[in-house]
Amino acid sequence: MPDLSILRVATKILMPFLFLFGFYVLFGGESSPGGGFQAGVVFAAAIILHRLVFGSGGRINILDSPKLLLLAAAGVAVYLGVGIAGMSGGNFLNYSVLHETPQNGQAIAIMLVESGVAITVAAAMIGIFLHLAEKGK
Amino acid sequence: MTSDLWILHISIMVMLIIVAIMILRVRRLMAAIFLFGIFSLLMAMIYLLLAAPDVAMTEAAVGAGVSTVFLLAALSGLKRFEVSHHRHVIEHMVVAGAFFAAMIYAFTDLPVPGSVDNPANQNVSAYYLQHTQSEIGTPNVVTAVLASYRGYDTLGELFVIFTAATGVAAISRRGKKDA
Repeated sequence: MPDLSILRVATKILMPFLFLFGFYVLFGGESSPGGGFQAGVVFAAAIILHRLVFGSGGRINILDSPKLLLLAAAGVAVYLGVGIAGMSGGNFLNYSVLHETPQNGQAIAIMLVESGVAITVAAAMIGIFLHLAEKGK
Repeated sequence: MTSDLWILHISIMVMLIIVAIMILRVRRLMAAIFLFGIFSLLMAMIYLLLAAPDVAMTEAAVGAGVSTVFLLAALSGLKRFEVSHHRHVIEHMVVAGAFFAAMIYAFTDLPVPGSVDNPANQNVSAYYLQHTQSEIGTPNVVTAVLASYRGYDTLGELFVIFTAATGVAAISRRGKKDA
């Protein structure tokens, strides 16, 4: 059984920075390359790293399969909610009517939509990995 | 290609061909999985050289990162870790060679990458580039197109990812019920 102490300490130090980088990619997607899909994969990579190093006894074990599906559905629901909120003034997914100025409406909607995408992508990636990891046992 | 980085383009493309041939010829599956990760990393560099940083970031994160971990996790559930070589190699190479020749012939008709009067840069793309600053206000045109102009398509992509997660959860639950 290999000694994982260095990996465990390094992962514990790295986890906040990985999440911070994920949020940076998510919210920086408006002015620099990035966006929802990339941020979701970075979040999933952080959780997968924790699961690889600490095994199934780590404290992020609360993310089991039903909760992950709920998270994935919540991301899609955020996207659909933004779309339906646009119907109050215009068509479905019309972002310009969400605020007084169309540009602010677009900014708010793009931020919400990218967050929804990141949540769903992260939940899907973590769910697929947990299924593959269980199967190998 | 008149860019200054044409040596980099050529060398990365040669490395891609070498890695692809190695993936086919190697026997141990774990080596093949790592070669897939290297292939994805080289593709991410190509995307960066073609001035597509969003795609490069996604390819590096998904292909060279998470996908390699998925393949390794799937490999840990298998019983055999080596594959034998294929038979009918000559027929496969003839078909692949014919396809390759057709692609090379079609490649000579493609427009110069990044040229102003490309068909891809007229009509809708020109509208997006000219009106993103006034209508949407975000500096990143890729995000503006993805999330706002083509938001309906991104919603469809999100549905596809959600369906993948639901499918995996259904398979996982059935396995647990049988055990």
